[in-house]
Amino acid sequence: MMPRTASLKRSRLASNIGQYSLLLVFGLIFFIPIYYLIMGSFRPQEKVLSGLGGFLPTDLSLDNYESVFNRFSNDTTGHVWQFVGVSVIVTVVVVVGGLLVNSLAGYALARLKWRGRGLALAIVTVLTIIPFEAVALPLYYMLASSRNTIYVQALPFVASAFSIFLFYTFFLGIPGEVEEAARIDGAGPFRIFFQIVLPMSRPAFATVAILTFLAQWGSYLWPVLMVSDTNVRPLPLELSVFQSSQPPEWGNVLAFGVIFVIPVLLVFLFFQRWFITSVASSAVKG
Amino acid sequence: MAAPAFLLLGIFLVLPFLGAIIMSFFRLQLNSPRAPKFVGLEQYARLFTDPDISSTFFHSLANNFTFAAVVVPVQTLLALGLAILINRKLRGMAVFRTVFFMPLVFPLALVAVIWRLIFARDENGLLNAVLSALSGGAIASHDWLGSASTAMAAIIIMSVWQSVSFQMIILLGALQSVPQDLYEAASIDRASKFSQLIHVTIPGIRNTLIFVALLTTIFSLRLFDQVYLLDQSGSINIESTQTVMYQVITTGYDLNNIGQGSAMAVVFLAIVAAVAIVQRRLIRQDGGS
Repeated sequence: MMPRTASLKRSRLASNIGQYSLLLVFGLIFFIPIYYLIMGSFRPQEKVLSGLGGFLPTDLSLDNYESVFNRFSNDTTGHVWQFVGVSVIVTVVVVVGGLLVNSLAGYALARLKWRGRGLALAIVTVLTIIPFEAVALPLYYMLASSRNTIYVQALPFVASAFSIFLFYTFFLGIPGEVEEAARIDGAGPFRIFFQIVLPMSRPAFATVAILTFLAQWGSYLWPVLMVSDTNVRPLPLELSVFQSSQPPEWGNVLAFGVIFVIPVLLVFLFFQRWFITSVASSAVKG
Repeated sequence: MAAPAFLLLGIFLVLPFLGAIIMSFFRLQLNSPRAPKFVGLEQYARLFTDPDISSTFFHSLANNFTFAAVVVPVQTLLALGLAILINRKLRGMAVFRTVFFMPLVFPLALVAVIWRLIFARDENGLLNAVLSALSGGAIASHDWLGSASTAMAAIIIMSVWQSVSFQMIILLGALQSVPQDLYEAASIDRASKFSQLIHVTIPGIRNTLIFVALLTTIFSLRLFDQVYLLDQSGSINIESTQTVMYQVITTGYDLNNIGQGSAMAVVFLAIVAAVAIVQRRLIRQDGGS
């Protein structure tokens, strides 16, 4: 018996070493660009690009952050809080508004009996294939008079065929007995939805919220078309304008990027465990 | 209850979709004194016959398919491998999981900045510096984004880095829902780890795997942001990286030729729809759900 246990132990050790090596390699691949960004944001302009030297924590200072705040502190350049503010408002409207209208639509498709429901379901399924990119140009032409407003950045993204579809499949999968009992007690569809279905469907709401947030917070194409005024410019657009300035001020651009991503990263790390379980438990059953 | 969502979808998706079809029959400019002029199928004809437009168009289309042909299999398999790897119960796994998820919260505008510095052309670029150090100076500096032979590869690496975690999370969810007793039964039968993967894991997550592949295909056809961002800063070889979507936006928006851009968008949409339909057919024939 003894030698067998020993060899088992040895092979488990070997497999653990193998797994840790893989984890380490991929961990580094994911982490190095992020480390490079953060390190660079603390280095002087001319030393951001300095080969392997860019890796060592030397010459660090807060100068870049100071000059980003100084640079964006008048009405011509806009203010840092303005870009953040626009991005936050647009994202919140799209996420919260989207959760509301798309979940209601998904519920109506999954549970209510109404004329044209089959057709509506077919339309939603077809619409999930149409990428926003394909309609961006006509939409830009149609909405040209509303350029440089906040609402034109948010409204087109509130309703989403894909979110409706996710809610629809989730609601189909929850047992209907409780709703049935509430209906016999005389509760209307809205009451049933908000008091019974919604509390039972937290994972679906969380998943759709996260997917919508990630897509919207980084959105770039639509602002490129619709926004020229610095006052209503969201962060990704300003970052791209900033990075194409000549000569490039890398230290400042990176500091601006860090200001942009760190808050999201912190929120994300805080909710990480919950995030994975919710996506795992609800997401997309194929 | 469904009315608000359908109203919004109608205004912001269906209407512009019909608009794209109508506009593609016109010569159309924004803020132009000239009235829109109906030109029938001319915009479509030019896509195929006008040498200036059609050579770029077919070039873009080819770039699109190169990108998708590499990204879809590579990213799906990589996501599966990573999901299996972080699904193990090892000490310190929480840290690795966190790191693996991080790129997800990085918006493309920022990803483009970071990778532009990594791929920078002279010896101060990170990649060039690493290669030079590893080879003892034997490998000369290369302009990764600027040269035609490596620009597309650089875009592919950047995209996979940024979005593989997304597919990984979905697959991780699926892996965790595969019943544990199947694995126990398999190991009692002395099935090797590899045959467990083939006979238990893959069939168990089949539908999710298909879903992920379909999603990646549609996303990869949309390639635009990365290319446009890097082109704005003049750091990429545009010839070998431009895609149909890039051409739609530069034609319609930058050159203010909305009719021509719309015709390209309609063709793009037809391609996306065709790919989606073909994929669904293939899967159905395969006996799936």
